[in-house]
Amino acid sequence: MTARRYDVVIVGSGAGGGTVAARLGALVSQGRSVLVLERGPRFLDGDFTGQELDMAGALYADGGGFLTADGAMTLAFARGYGGSTIVYTGTSIVAPERVIRDWNVPGLDHADLARRSARYSAENNVHLLPDELINENNRLFVEGAARSGLHAEQFPLNLKGCRGSSLCNLGCPNAAKQGTHRVQLPAAERAGVTVVTRAEVRRLDERRLTVRVTPKPAGGKGADSEWAPGDYEIEADIVVLAAGAIGTPALLLGSGLAGLPSRVGHGFTAHPALILVAEHAHPVVNDVGHPKSFFIDRADDDGFLLETCMYFPFVTAKNMTGFGPDHGAMLRAFSRLQMILVLACDHATADNRVAIDRDGHPVVHYRFTDRVVESLVRATRMAATIFFAAGAIRIHAPLANPPFIDRTNAVMTDRLIGPEHFLPGVTSISSAHLMGGAGMGATAANSVTDSWGRVHGRPWLRVADASLFPDSLEINPYLTVMALADRVADGILSDLPTGTPA
Amino acid sequence: MPPFLLAGPAFRPIATTFVPELGPADEAVWGMLEGTIGSALGARHSALGQQVRVFIRVVDLLARLRFGRGVHRLGGDQLRRLMGALERAPFRLIRRGVWGLRTLVLMGYYTQPLVIEGLGYRANRLGWEGRP
Repeated sequence: MTARRYDVVIVGSGAGGGTVAARLGALVSQGRSVLVLERGPRFLDGDFTGQELDMAGALYADGGGFLTADGAMTLAFARGYGGSTIVYTGTSIVAPERVIRDWNVPGLDHADLARRSARYSAENNVHLLPDELINENNRLFVEGAARSGLHAEQFPLNLKGCRGSSLCNLGCPNAAKQGTHRVQLPAAERAGVTVVTRAEVRRLDERRLTVRVTPKPAGGKGADSEWAPGDYEIEADIVVLAAGAIGTPALLLGSGLAGLPSRVGHGFTAHPALILVAEHAHPVVNDVGHPKSFFIDRADDDGFLLETCMYFPFVTAKNMTGFGPDHGAMLRAFSRLQMILVLACDHATADNRVAIDRDGHPVVHYRFTDRVVESLVRATRMAATIFFAAGAIRIHAPLANPPFIDRTNAVMTDRLIGPEHFLPGVTSISSAHLMGGAGMGATAANSVTDSWGRVHGRPWLRVADASLFPDSLEINPYLTVMALADRVADGILSDLPTGTPA
Repeated sequence: MPPFLLAGPAFRPIATTFVPELGPADEAVWGMLEGTIGSALGARHSALGQQVRVFIRVVDLLARLRFGRGVHRLGGDQLRRLMGALERAPFRLIRRGVWGLRTLVLMGYYTQPLVIEGLGYRANRLGWEGRP
């Protein structure tokens, strides 16, 4: 076991950890030491092949097949230098004021988050794509919405030099997406922050981490770890957990820390999502151009979001209900498909939480409430309306049985799509917005941290990722994670004693 | 050998029920499909492969109970009806088994380069520059 010591250790390098690392880079010139531990590898530009199987296996936990305990929902999150910012679509939205008000976290106000979000929007080159780079899949959504009396908003995106590969979710092969792997982490390293990849934190104790650095597997992607493979014991004055809404609660639950707040692991939300597919009679330009350029926000009114999307053949096949000839026929029409992602704005419940098994591995318990199912139903009906208004001849609606609805039955979609067709284990549900598990709040009785990410009762221990959310955000979360992480960094900078470090 | 192959002759008929395009597939397609599934299971907890194998045997047993013969001796319609019934079985464990096995087969098929090309899916790093 090799012993090391740092002033600050950050666990995780995604939107939260990467942001904290960049802010704390200034400490290094003052003689302080800052370390980032990332479980996944540091991918090289040439690693991003765009091949679905190849990239899913390399980037995502369990190859993209991480399931809730009952197997009813797939949870997608990445491991690597930059965390899930490697694989998101770059959507960068400021948190809704209503949601932050409802969170009711003492000391946290929307104006502060908006100001910090604006800073990261500028730093990460967030902007609206020009019209000429919007593909037909996205245009059909906007047109179908307009014909249905709905207004689609354009997503601000953090891109620079986007060539429209449409492969965002498999890691941009053109280094265009400005996630923390392209902006904050390189800045942190330039400032002297140490980033160690392939470094899994196996246990957290009082100001101490037990870490295992693993060698690059034969034939694997990415660079070798910056440290020699082996076990390390690392002491730190401050530890920042930014391992994501599954990883952070799991680390806390498996730690040797006595008396942690009882809410650890609780409050998990996920924006459960369905992928809806529609077939047109004519070819649709869908596999080139940014895949997620528009959305419709019905969170406040109806508890859901609609977003454009375009997934890869296997993910599409998997997320369609059923099998057999009709299923195959829809996939053979891939070049004529339009897709919409519907997301339910779920809320924290007593049932939904992160736990660990006897080996310390995370287990996510999630039960779909009637309210979530109703949201998915309303969202699916609206998406069906948009599809047919855009000219679709047939749609696949997972909440209908049979799931295929022809244009001739378009007027019956409200009757054909219903909650009675939602069946866990049949309906393919997925999530990439993992939130909660170490939520902010006033006291240890109702939360895990304060509004600056300090774990109640342990000021040396901070949380800086989406697990801070006390409830779902009801919009894509990455910019808010960065804004909250920025606050966590401010707290550390003000709490660390000034003067020459020990 | 991938663990699901140890379940005997039931796997390919079930896989063909999920993806009818596998009916006329040659050994190269099957080899790639089974290799992909084997690799995926090999990368996961060893219990998962065992669960897949057990589930295929359960399906085969249910076929024998309902039709008096194993999966590989059923007609296409019979097997489709059986799998359709299991897909919506009242027991979540059975539904989960069908969903999981179906997902593995879809992964083994819809990630094959020739299949993807046949679908007309052409995404690549060139993006807009690669299109006429």
